[in-house]
Amino acid sequence: MTTIAVLDYGIGNLRSAQKALQHVGADADLTDDPGLIERADGVVLPGVGNFGACMRALVETGLADQARKVAERGQPFLGICVGMQLMFESSAESPGEPGLGLLPGRIDWLPDGVKRPQMQWNQLSCVDHPLLAGLDGGWVYFVHSLAPVLGDGLTDEHVLATTDYGGPVVAAAGRDNVMATQFHPEKSATGGLRLLANFVELTRAGR
Amino acid sequence: MQVTRVIPCLDVADGRVVKGVNFVDLRDAGDPVELAAVYDQQGADELVFLDIGASHENRDTTVAMAAAVAEQVFIPFTIGGGIRSVDDARKLLRAGADKVSINSAAVARPELVGEIAEEFGSQCCVVAIDGRRVEADGAGRPRGLEGAEIPSGFEVNTHGGRRPTGIDVVDWAREVVDRGAGEILLTSMDRDGTREGFDHPMTRAVSEAVNVPVIASGGVGSLAHLADGVLSGGADAVLAASIFHFGESTIAEAKAAMTAAGLTVRPPA
Repeated sequence: MTTIAVLDYGIGNLRSAQKALQHVGADADLTDDPGLIERADGVVLPGVGNFGACMRALVETGLADQARKVAERGQPFLGICVGMQLMFESSAESPGEPGLGLLPGRIDWLPDGVKRPQMQWNQLSCVDHPLLAGLDGGWVYFVHSLAPVLGDGLTDEHVLATTDYGGPVVAAAGRDNVMATQFHPEKSATGGLRLLANFVELTRAGR
Repeated sequence: MQVTRVIPCLDVADGRVVKGVNFVDLRDAGDPVELAAVYDQQGADELVFLDIGASHENRDTTVAMAAAVAEQVFIPFTIGGGIRSVDDARKLLRAGADKVSINSAAVARPELVGEIAEEFGSQCCVVAIDGRRVEADGAGRPRGLEGAEIPSGFEVNTHGGRRPTGIDVVDWAREVVDRGAGEILLTSMDRDGTREGFDHPMTRAVSEAVNVPVIASGGVGSLAHLADGVLSGGADAVLAASIFHFGESTIAEAKAAMTAAGLTVRPPA
C-alpha cells in the first residue's frame, strides 16, 4: 500500500486530508515523526488559517526543514490551501515571514471587488498533468483570501489549474515532484477524491 | 464567478436531527451521519449542524458526531450550538468539522470571535446572527430592548431567538467581521418556520454592510424562495431544512430551480 505522511504541526483541521487519503486507498498517517516522513512514499502538507502562524508552527515543530528535505530529495509532495501558500517564498498576509521556498513567487490578496474569502465551489481549467487527470471543468471547494500570483519567478509553466474569481486565480501549481492546490481536495466530493487518488497513483508510480 | 451554495441545515439534539417550527414542536427527522451522506450524494455544497440541545453534558456527543461525519462525508461542514470557548471550537475542528458557528456566546463575549479567528483562522469562524424586526416608536425610530435604538429595524436575538439584546443586526455584523468572522449565518426569527421565504430586506442590509459571505436562513417553504434569497436578498449562500428533510425537494431540484432563475450553482453529481 502506498504510504502518505500528512504533516501534523498542530493546527486546525488536519484530519480531513488524512481521512480522504485513506478513503482513496492510501496508508495515510498524520505525523510529525521524521523517520515516518522520510520513509513515506509521498508527503502532504495541509494548512488552514494564517500564513505566519502556520509557518511559525512548521518551524517550531521542525517540520519546515523536514518538508524542504523530502521535497528536495524528490518525494512527491502536495500542499493544500494554506499548505500550498507556505510552499512559496512569501505572503502579503504575513509580510517579512519567509515561506518554504519550494515554489518560486509570492502569495497576494484576491483582487478588490470580490468577497474575501472566496468560500464556494468553483470550476477548474486544467493543463494536462497527471495530478489533475479528469478534473478539467470539474468543481472543487475553495476557502481562501489570498492566492499565488504570476511574477517574481512564478510563470505559466508552474500553473497547473486556474479558476475564475474576479479574474483568473491560480488553483493548482507545481514543479517536478512538488505540487499544490489552493482548493481543498479533501472537501471537494468526488472531484477532490479523484485528485487525491491521482496523487497516490503518481506517488506509487514513482516509487 | 460567484457560485451560490445550497446548504441543508440539520438541527441536532441528542445525536438526532430535528427541525423546529419557530423552535418549538420538534419533529424527529433522522440520523445525522446518514442524512449527511445522502445530502453529499445529492450535491449539497456544504452542511450545517446546529446543536439545539447543546449543553455542557452533551458536548462530547457532538464531537463524536463531527468525527463520524468526517469519516464518511467529503464536503465542508459547520457545527454550531453551545460553543463557548476556543477549547470547544478546537475539539470540534480537530474532530473534523471545517467551521464552527457561534451565536449567543459571541454576544455575551465578543472577544471570542477574535480568539477563534486568531487561533484557527477566519475561514472557520462563522458568526450566526438571529435577527427579528422591531417596532418603531412615535417618532418612527425602531426601538429594541429597553428602548435601544435599532437603526436597521432588525434586532439581534440570542438563546434560540428568544432573548432580545438591544443590538442592531447590521452593527453587529460589521463588528463581528471586524473581529475576524469569516462568514455570517443570518436567520430571520420572524420567518423561521413560516415557509414564507427569507427576510430579504434584512439579508440585503447585512450583505451590503460586510465583505464576507452571508448565508440566508429562515423561512424557506418553496424552491423559488432559494433563488430569491440571492436575487432579492444579496445572499452568497442559502440554507434550508424542512423542505429537504421530509423529501419534499431534493438538492438537485433546488439547483435546477436556481439555475432556471439565472444563478450559477455547482451542478449536482
